[in-house]
Amino acid sequence: MATAFGNEKMGTVITKTELQEKIIRQPKGWIGVDWKELARYKDLLWFLTIRSIKAKYAQSILGVGWAVIQPLFSTLVYTVVFGNLARIDSNGVPYFLFSLVGLVAWTFFSNTLSDSASSLITNANLITKVYFPRLVLPLSSVFSKGVDFLISFILLVVFLVIYKLKPAPELILLPWLILILLLTSLGTGLFLSALAVQFRDIKYALTFGIQLLMYAAPVVYPTTNVPVAYQTLYALNPMVGVIEGFRAIFLGTMPFPYHWVLMGTTVAVLIFGIGIFFFKRMERTFADVA
Amino acid sequence: MKPVIEVKALSKKYRLGLKESRSETIAASLWQTLKAPIDNFKRIRKLSAFEEDSESIFWALHEISFSVQQGEVLGIIGHNGAGKSTLLKILSQITYPSSGEVVMRGRVASLLEVGTGFHPELTGRENVYMNGTILGMTRKEIDRKFDEIVDFSGVEKHLDTPVKFYSSGMKVRLGFAVAAHLEPEILIVDEVLAVGDIGFQRKCLGKMGEVASGGRTVLFVSHQMAAVQALCSRGLLLANGKVLCNGDVNTVVHSYLQAFNPESVTELSTTTEREGNSKARIVDFCLLDDNHQPLASTYSGGDLILKFSIYKMDNTILSGVDIGFSIHNTDDDSLCTILYGSYTGKLFTLKNDRTELCCRINNLPLPEGKYKVRAQLMQNGEVVDYPTQGVGYLEVMTGDFFGTGVRADKLTRSKPEFLMSGTWTTYES
Repeated sequence: MATAFGNEKMGTVITKTELQEKIIRQPKGWIGVDWKELARYKDLLWFLTIRSIKAKYAQSILGVGWAVIQPLFSTLVYTVVFGNLARIDSNGVPYFLFSLVGLVAWTFFSNTLSDSASSLITNANLITKVYFPRLVLPLSSVFSKGVDFLISFILLVVFLVIYKLKPAPELILLPWLILILLLTSLGTGLFLSALAVQFRDIKYALTFGIQLLMYAAPVVYPTTNVPVAYQTLYALNPMVGVIEGFRAIFLGTMPFPYHWVLMGTTVAVLIFGIGIFFFKRMERTFADVA
Repeated sequence: MKPVIEVKALSKKYRLGLKESRSETIAASLWQTLKAPIDNFKRIRKLSAFEEDSESIFWALHEISFSVQQGEVLGIIGHNGAGKSTLLKILSQITYPSSGEVVMRGRVASLLEVGTGFHPELTGRENVYMNGTILGMTRKEIDRKFDEIVDFSGVEKHLDTPVKFYSSGMKVRLGFAVAAHLEPEILIVDEVLAVGDIGFQRKCLGKMGEVASGGRTVLFVSHQMAAVQALCSRGLLLANGKVLCNGDVNTVVHSYLQAFNPESVTELSTTTEREGNSKARIVDFCLLDDNHQPLASTYSGGDLILKFSIYKMDNTILSGVDIGFSIHNTDDDSLCTILYGSYTGKLFTLKNDRTELCCRINNLPLPEGKYKVRAQLMQNGEVVDYPTQGVGYLEVMTGDFFGTGVRADKLTRSKPEFLMSGTWTTYES
């Protein structure tokens, strides 16, 4: 942020010409995002991210290790329950790897969604005291959960090395999959966070809603178990393309599912658009109802 | 030159909580419980939506307009609920006005709370960065001023300790230190000086004075009239969401204290709530300084003159008139002190229609607080006039009673009733 003072010493008289004019009035209709302003607040985004990571693992012995334990133990439980007991098909790869890949992607999605959806409520004290682009809050959720994702991703790589699996050449498409994942989780998160400021029900519904949602995505079972007639409808869920894409890349369960990924992209962009517009629309009331 | 802040017909409305309906039978309450989600939905949705002319609308600000020039220090005063905080929130862009607009020319920093964004688990160092960026600084700016900030706060030793282990005073000092090093063109400050110890408070006031003298514009909300008078050149008095008075700070503070006292000076001449034979009446009461300029408030250890205006009701000369005043606590009306002219061997003769009687007090021994002043006119043991509601109020700020900078009423846990000075020595026989 450029300061208007050439000389930082106290007592410098400001030259009038440098002052920018700003008008505050009741906003009307739909408002776009002020990307320039958002860029000026990148340092705040950084420190909010650091804050949530540090605060989360403060005074814990394992610290960031929890980011490994969470997906690892879930995977172990699913392997026993769904792989060994229910004998769910895993497209010919060990069920452990099958569900680990699904869970690494899904955990990132669900953590980002729930964290961004509650970001405004948990930071209500900031919203009512200081001005800053409110978008910074849900965005910082994405970044702090991104760190967890990186750690669990490293865990995945370790197991791929142990099982001597080589990724498919579509590895270069991985950022695309992650982008879909981000657009979907952030879009939904933005929408729900704006709603949650006013209706606290969202907070309660979210916890178990996300648990149920997991079964609407191919985390513990493969998409090929869904009847073929419904597969296209099923793939409207952007996470279908993402998870099956992940498996195609790392486990070679199937050829890269371009059609599902393309469908997912379209839906994800739509969700993100709706989310961000709704967020901007509701933004003006945040401080009054938070 | 264009003003730095222009507020034009600014209004902000809020919705008051609607009264909940109560049910009286078990069946009715069961029905209430069942349809509660629907009611809740309607109620919560209304928090942000308005129907026009609804009874439950509350205007926190109503059509207020004013402007502030560059370099001015504007003190915003008013009692609780007058709209000060709402005004600050709009100016600092936290909430939007319902109608009207504000034009701001320059970078704004607002300080509505000390240490916004502090996280108890983070260290002091990390929180300086956290708080600074929330207030709109960049990391580079903080890097550059970091040593200054730490120096100002005086918590160097604990910089790498999580803030949750800080005392509340340390937290406040660190928070203010960050805020004091913001360098905006417009600084908005809300009642933050009410915290911290005396030394630190003085440091903060000094820092704000520096900021103001640097040609920057400051908006300052406070209930401490002494601080407002010391810092601000102009004042703005808000009452019920409207601008009641706008101008020279002393005038505004004076009218604040008047507005604050519903039964004060102006009504004293007309009120019928009085006892006595009414041969003469106390029609006005005010405080003056040594130069006979009106005072809005005074401070512990201050010199002041209490002036009573007496209006003689009949044509005869009244002699042997005694006047006395008493000072009471506003909470319980208990007597603090009383002083009649006769105590000091002074009686008055009233010759003219209007006479001003003055009592000069040196080194006022009252601690900070608001006091009620009662006065009575006597003649030959008979009450001439006694306004039963009192004649006015005396607002006492914390002051340098001992002349050493130590403020006794701030150092003890419970408030002393009065202050006394003495001479301490070692006893040598």
